[in-house]
Amino acid sequence: MLELRKITGAYGPVKAVDEVSLSVAAGEILGLMGRNGAGKTTLLKTIMGLVPKRTGSLLLEGEELIGLPAHAIPRRGIAYVPQGRRLFSELTVAENLRMGLLVKDAPQAEAERVLDLFPILRERLSQAAGTLSGGEQQMVAVARALCAQPKVLLLDEPSEGLIPAVTHRILDTVAALRERGVAILLVEQQVKSALRICDRIALIENGTIQHEAPARDLAADPVPLERYIGVHR
Amino acid sequence: MRIYALHLAVVAALFAVQFALPAYHYGNVTRIMLYAVFAIGYNILFGYTGLLSLGHALFFAAGAYGAGLTAHWWSFGPVAALGAGVGAALLVSLVTGLIVYRTTGVAFLIVTLMLAQAAFLSTLYFNTVTLGDQGIVLSLPPVELFGAALHLADPAVKYNASLVAFAVALLLSLWLLRSPFGRVLIAIRENEARTRLLGYNTALYRFAALVISGTLSGLAGALYCLLFGYVGSSFASLQYSTLPLLWTLLGGTGVTLGPPLGTAITHYLIDISSGLTSSYMIIVGVALVAITLWFPEGLAGWFRRWRRVRS
Repeated sequence: MLELRKITGAYGPVKAVDEVSLSVAAGEILGLMGRNGAGKTTLLKTIMGLVPKRTGSLLLEGEELIGLPAHAIPRRGIAYVPQGRRLFSELTVAENLRMGLLVKDAPQAEAERVLDLFPILRERLSQAAGTLSGGEQQMVAVARALCAQPKVLLLDEPSEGLIPAVTHRILDTVAALRERGVAILLVEQQVKSALRICDRIALIENGTIQHEAPARDLAADPVPLERYIGVHR
Repeated sequence: MRIYALHLAVVAALFAVQFALPAYHYGNVTRIMLYAVFAIGYNILFGYTGLLSLGHALFFAAGAYGAGLTAHWWSFGPVAALGAGVGAALLVSLVTGLIVYRTTGVAFLIVTLMLAQAAFLSTLYFNTVTLGDQGIVLSLPPVELFGAALHLADPAVKYNASLVAFAVALLLSLWLLRSPFGRVLIAIRENEARTRLLGYNTALYRFAALVISGTLSGLAGALYCLLFGYVGSSFASLQYSTLPLLWTLLGGTGVTLGPPLGTAITHYLIDISSGLTSSYMIIVGVALVAITLWFPEGLAGWFRRWRRVRS
């Protein structure tokens, strides 16, 4: 589905992401883990065309995306939920979702399908997004991204700042997206959560992928996690 | 639908009030409605899209000169001259939009300011055509409408022509704000990078907002020139770039009724204080600072927030 071949992203002379090669298939969740400043968010931004200098090859279902402007990438089918939710706080929940729908002229029925995943949002549709709780804002952020009917979903720390119960609910919903055939690249700091829902995990340090393995293998042998993240699960 | 009803009620009230207004205020309200069209146009760019322009005199003057020059030199009738004025403003907006296509923030402010200043100096430099500071006084034939001859010097014609323009601008602005296009403009105002990440070509939306804003401002300029029979280089001066900013800030950015409200308050503040002292701008300045301090979202913005909190 999404294939990165020797992707490099740089701010001037500084390479924040260095020759990263990864792939994520339809219906698969690939976890991306690493210490703060390891290059996780920058890798997602590089995919989205937000890093000024990009080289390498970025293929979505065989189509090359390198060279496209940033606004064209979501239209090809990659949705990005950035760290910290980043909603349009003055717009209502319904309008935030509509922003997602309009990108690809998706029908209103798509919003209904998405709301089935987050039923609590039905009660909040006319509420300004900025007035929601953190967990609800995260749900809106994911829901808005899904309204654009993405083939690939990039999630940057969806559990950040949320209580465990809410994190659990959101990640369970993310895991359920497998059935819809969405390929997911998930940046997650919480090791237990990542091991629970990811199929594979890539460990990143200094902008390069150091280790990649099925999640169950890392659960059985946590040495790479200790080495590259510095925590035991 | 309630919001459309409110706006239609404002238009209806302005129509009705003309039968009760004393002659002096009749003229004042006419000017306020025309300036409000300018402010509404400005608000589309500043209030909705978040782009601070200090060069909107460029569009107002393009409309005014487009109408005035064609009427004066080529004897265009009022309707044709109005078309020429709006066309000129549209053309200038398109060219300006292309020049500032990639600029935002301070760069946008500076480029628009420079373009407007260049236009102002051009009106002085090419004074054989524009008659510079002295300007052009127009003498226009009446407009034939349904067999009746409407003289533009007639205060009732001025009032109702201004009201029609005001109604069109206000309802267009409201419709735009509530349309998907308007929602994207608000999203750009809140965070352009975030909007781009969703897949919107934000530069194109900014360009469209500038063209609509500039053309509406040009409509105000063209009508002002035709209804008051004058165009001069003062229309392109810095004052005409700062006034719509002032009106919008005072009335409330991003609120459709805010700029007309700000225009009315500023107009009457200047009108009343100038009757009290020749240093009336000090009074105006102090009053505006006070309003800005106590109502930072503008009066209409404050009222909207007060209602939300109350409900």
